[in-house]
Amino acid sequence: MSIDVRTKRGLFFTLRKDAWWLEPLFYICLFGGFVVYTTWAALNPYGPHGQHYYEWGPYLSPFFSPFFNPDWLHKLPALLATPAILILWAPGGFRGTCYYYRKAYYRSIFADPPGCAVGESCVKYQGETKFFLFQNLHRYFMYVALLFIAILSWDGIAAMIWPANGIAADNSAMAGPHRFGVGVGTLIMCLNAYLLGGYTLGCHAFRHLVGGGLDFLHVKKNNPIRFALWRVVTKLNERHMEWALVSMIWVGLTDLYIRLCAMGVIHDLRIF
Amino acid sequence: MSKVHMRVYRGNSEGGQLKDYDVDVEEGMVVLDVIHKIQATQSSDLACRWNCKAGKCGSCSAEVNGKPRLMCMTRMNTFQAGETVTVTPMKTFPLLKDLATDVSWNYEVNKRIPPFTPREGADWHWEQEDADRVQEFRKCIECFLCQNTCHVLRDHDQMGQFAGPRFFVRIASLEMHPLDGLDRTEILKNEHGLGFCNITKCCTEVCPEDIHITDNAIIPLKERVVDKYYDPLRLLWHKVFGK
Repeated sequence: MSIDVRTKRGLFFTLRKDAWWLEPLFYICLFGGFVVYTTWAALNPYGPHGQHYYEWGPYLSPFFSPFFNPDWLHKLPALLATPAILILWAPGGFRGTCYYYRKAYYRSIFADPPGCAVGESCVKYQGETKFFLFQNLHRYFMYVALLFIAILSWDGIAAMIWPANGIAADNSAMAGPHRFGVGVGTLIMCLNAYLLGGYTLGCHAFRHLVGGGLDFLHVKKNNPIRFALWRVVTKLNERHMEWALVSMIWVGLTDLYIRLCAMGVIHDLRIF
Repeated sequence: MSKVHMRVYRGNSEGGQLKDYDVDVEEGMVVLDVIHKIQATQSSDLACRWNCKAGKCGSCSAEVNGKPRLMCMTRMNTFQAGETVTVTPMKTFPLLKDLATDVSWNYEVNKRIPPFTPREGADWHWEQEDADRVQEFRKCIECFLCQNTCHVLRDHDQMGQFAGPRFFVRIASLEMHPLDGLDRTEILKNEHGLGFCNITKCCTEVCPEDIHITDNAIIPLKERVVDKYYDPLRLLWHKVFGK
């Protein structure tokens, strides 16, 4: 006797014939790869001879910016004694509670649902009413993320100020006079700040903050600045997924580039 | 003319199964045409709901190869030659017969939404820019494909405490209306279960009117609920300084 496809339920049951599973698989690979790399990079800030793998001359990895290295940090268990732990909670929290990422990981990791019109397990569903209520703190992470845009933009500018005396053996900039210069790493860091800016300023919580919470009326007369801002943020928000993914990949590549320079694996090309 | 193999769900509230049909398809036909052809030539008792055949009445909602679609807007030439096309009714709603479902639950939910209530002393002279934002929501044709694909209703049967994306769109059109004076955030949270939505965007993906349901209606409403109930600093501010 054939099954009744209308009433049949169960994890992954669907009549869809397209490759709906590709999207969640892509996210699992991408997010998994990013988390593994970020964790590894955060836990390995130093080389075997004490070299700094988080910086190379004027370049500072976004995973370690702004750089803090207080004494008390080294009293923590070895796994936690990394300056990155003081930084990564903020962008991690911002991305973890971001509306776009929520969609991606609810689908790919929690399979809730794994795809549209694809069956899921029938565990008691509470949505974002109980445990996931913490997602509502997204706007607070957004406030911190806005600060990070300023900090990383400054890092991009600082990456144009080269030490005239060269780079020390531990990869830090030598003391003394500085001069203007641009390397490939400078461009990578500036692009990183730009992409993170596009992602953060296109965030749904920021859109709500600048004008989404208003019921527009006579916008030109009463709220011209907020309305104009809302329109700009809305434009960014329409491509929030692209900004989110590209900025995430780029921030990882920025760290990797600086790390490879610091390890001596690649040589930074000075443009001028 | 080419032949296509169709599998169409036949049944009623007690159950049913897929039945096979071979149909001659002509250029320009949509799935609804094929269903009508089956009605005309092979099974005159095949039930389906339709009206405009132009993607504007929202009557012919069904699932084509497992995807929630309007049958009248799904062209037959989008399928591979020789591909079997499966047509089933919307899964979320009770079945009446074959492809026709009972969507009356939606109208009951609609009745529980406080209607447009103009604010006191409202200035009725307004500009297009004031109206632009809520006009998107007025495009809804009530096909209920978003309700059908929403996993909160489809897989978790939360009809008792969750209104569904269609009605979040309606509430957004009222909440963001420049002349409306009513605050619906409390009923959004407590009666219509906005918190159950985990914004997986399937409603947006299936909307034939391309309404950005999640980004422009549900998330802004969630942010308004956060303003009122979950933002500790804002709550403290209100406590200390009043409104």
